[in-house]
Amino acid sequence: MDSKENLKPVLELRSLHKSFGDNHVLVDFNLKLFEGENLVVMGKSGSGKSVMVKCLVGLIQPDSGSITIKNQDIITMGHKELDLLRTEIGFLFQGSALYDSMTVRENLEFPLRRQTHKVADFESTEALVREALENVGLSDTMDLMPAELSGGMQRRVALARALILKPKIIIYDEPTTGLDPITAKEIIELMRNIQKKYHTSSLIITHDVDCARVISNRMILLVDGTNYVEGSFDELSNSKDPKVQAFFKN
Amino acid sequence: MAKSTSIKTRSESFFTEIGDMALFSGRFFKEVFSQPFEFKELLRQSYNIGNRSLLLVGVTGFILGLVFTLQSRPTLMEFGAESWMPSMVGISIVREIGPVIIALICAGRIGSGIGAELGSMRVTEQIDAMEVSGNNPFKYLVVTRILATTLMLPLLIIMGDVIALFGSAIIENLKGHVSYMLYFNQVFDALSFSDIIPATVKSVFFGFAIGLVGCYKGYNCSKGTVGVGEASNSAVVYTSMLLFVIDFIAVFVTDIFFEI
Repeated sequence: MDSKENLKPVLELRSLHKSFGDNHVLVDFNLKLFEGENLVVMGKSGSGKSVMVKCLVGLIQPDSGSITIKNQDIITMGHKELDLLRTEIGFLFQGSALYDSMTVRENLEFPLRRQTHKVADFESTEALVREALENVGLSDTMDLMPAELSGGMQRRVALARALILKPKIIIYDEPTTGLDPITAKEIIELMRNIQKKYHTSSLIITHDVDCARVISNRMILLVDGTNYVEGSFDELSNSKDPKVQAFFKN
Repeated sequence: MAKSTSIKTRSESFFTEIGDMALFSGRFFKEVFSQPFEFKELLRQSYNIGNRSLLLVGVTGFILGLVFTLQSRPTLMEFGAESWMPSMVGISIVREIGPVIIALICAGRIGSGIGAELGSMRVTEQIDAMEVSGNNPFKYLVVTRILATTLMLPLLIIMGDVIALFGSAIIENLKGHVSYMLYFNQVFDALSFSDIIPATVKSVFFGFAIGLVGCYKGYNCSKGTVGVGEASNSAVVYTSMLLFVIDFIAVFVTDIFFEI
């Protein structure tokens, strides 16, 4: 991961601006995610991390700037092209966002509904669902409803759903928030295993220092809507800058 | 001064909301004719909306028929016009009371349910998750629900009308010794197409309004769990108002074409 200048990013944000009224959430924010890397974006609650990832997948329209995923500008893209590109991106939501009126199986089948090129027949749908659940160690929960699962299990099922289309890029929005330390460690371990198995590029939004330490290849600190500082976990954790130190103090 | 500013702000936000709702219904008409069609979800929603409202509509209709006849009988008897009871009840229920009362009941039962369900899906990011997975949540959640209410409400209203007439027939049979055959013969003699067709067309618009407002309020819900409650509540309030506006327009148009 050293010679980044020679690598092409799979995902790039340039000069992103987003305001809600007088609240300037993102101000000239820049980010590059390279193939196979785990990039952690850290910031305080309310610093605009979630807004940034929602801009990334086209859920929020930025005021200005450009967003390029796999060399395609998503801001100027039509709905159909964007939907197609979204199937190459897995998204783990902060609160899991499982469809609570559907079983675990139906939750996992939902992203496959319109992807006929990825799923040939019912048998392969079943196989994909089974494989995704095995990856997160929850094969026996297929016919349960989300309300019957614990918080950690829900997060795992959400991860399985994000993985079902075998995306090349995975975005994790606060993957360990609201979980106990042991379950959080299990989720982090799962994220590492998935990265090894599928060689995905991951963008992880978190304010969990332990998560960042274990999983990051590179980190960006988001302060006042801009990328304040960038570097490895060790570089940042040893920084003398009080604004950076504030993130790593216990 | 402050009062006039508040009135101005409120009326501005009211008209903005009306505009947003018009855009929302425009999107519905755009999406409803474009592929892929969500037939399975439409059937599921139709079943949910229709089947789960049967008991409520049935009981309401039955009591409506009973009470309406019981209340009207003494007045008609005073004028010696009790033989007009089947015609009067039949026309009133089919033309106006049946559709409006049942639509209001359904606005409470179905509209608030849709508002709360979609609202909770919005605040827990389930709608965002659908969109990110490359599916169109508007088509899957909104189009199917609006179509289901538009299709199911006329059926529920027809059923409610029939049960209300049956309730009325029971009272007439018990109190006035009118046979069921005679009662229904008189009802159908009094009814014409100019009563049944406008009422059915009106109930299609009622169904559309219930689905549209419930979906609009839920789909655009914000402010967390408080917002879900607000979405559910305002879905019922807005729909109820809209039902009376539609009813007035329907009666006005019917008067032009059928000279009621």
